[in-house]
Amino acid sequence: MSIVKEHEIHNRRKGRNVGVGLVLAAAIALIFGLTVVKIGTGDFGGAVQDVQN
Amino acid sequence: MSDASDFNASYENEAQFGDYFALLKPRVMALVVFTAFVGLLAAPTPVHPFVGFCAILFIALGGGASGALNMWYDADIDAVMKRTARRPIPAGKVTKDEAFAIGIALSAFAVIFLGLATNWLAAGLLAFTIMFYVVIYTMWLKRWTPQNIVIGGAAGAFPPMIGWAAATGTVSVEAILMFCLTFMWTPPHFWALALFMRSDYDDAGVPMLTVTHGRASTRKHILVYSVLLAGLAIGTAFTSLGGPVYLTAALILNTLFLKGAVDIWRRDEDMSEADNFKVERSFFKLSLIYLFALFGALLIDAFLVRAGLVGGWT
Repeated sequence: MSIVKEHEIHNRRKGRNVGVGLVLAAAIALIFGLTVVKIGTGDFGGAVQDVQN
Repeated sequence: MSDASDFNASYENEAQFGDYFALLKPRVMALVVFTAFVGLLAAPTPVHPFVGFCAILFIALGGGASGALNMWYDADIDAVMKRTARRPIPAGKVTKDEAFAIGIALSAFAVIFLGLATNWLAAGLLAFTIMFYVVIYTMWLKRWTPQNIVIGGAAGAFPPMIGWAAATGTVSVEAILMFCLTFMWTPPHFWALALFMRSDYDDAGVPMLTVTHGRASTRKHILVYSVLLAGLAIGTAFTSLGGPVYLTAALILNTLFLKGAVDIWRRDEDMSEADNFKVERSFFKLSLIYLFALFGALLIDAFLVRAGLVGGWT
């Protein structure tokens, strides 16, 4: 088995890796979106007040 | 040469992303998502759409996590039963340790983020649901008592209550009614399955009612629970949760459900064998439609009341 740039394992695990990548990207988007909405609706008002004090 | 073929064979059985996803029991998740969705939207407190979406997602993830933990603990039973033998662990795709790690990590993620997105009552209920399904049902009741499905059914009944709690921050009579509807629906649904998945539970040594009390007794139990469910479902129509659409749906669905239960009760094993459990299979399918339609009707009435098209009954 020669050493090549594109190893067979890359193709074999491509679906799995792409899936994990998409899940992580979705989690980041979700948490970011949730933060924006929470700040927008004033849900973090108390926490912001505490920091300001 | 044999090393190389072993090497290739192990690759062929390597888990793909779908195998990890299958650990979350996607079909069960569909029920969790829908009932939690109804609980969230039927609640009188409006929720920001994105927060609502996140809440449903986290409830679904919590349900999926408990499914992974169930597969981790029940791998020995799953390998014996035809219905479950192709699940990722008995199929050799995913190891028990991986399933355990995914279940624990997803449980923590789902509970913490549901708490942050909505409130800690909803998060606490989700944590309790996961614990109930994994510890009370999977580890304890399932292998111990024929009442496993009856008591364990509570785990599947919590999602609409969690959805309601996520929106309102409280648990009210309406949330308890939605819990009771799912709770009463679960035993006839699973007992019908146990009737036509004949030897599965016997082979696995799971004390289902069909194994411990016999199949005739199971048929009687299905009828009794269906009558109780019908009373509860139709009675719910006259509470603040119900409305004209729900009443109509409840009357039609419960008539069909009761007819199916009576048909099952009147049959014996010879009759069922003769047509390959046709009535039991169609009752099982009907039970799935029943729950989705009943909760769908609740949702329609909630929208109609909110839109001012009907006044609501309280």
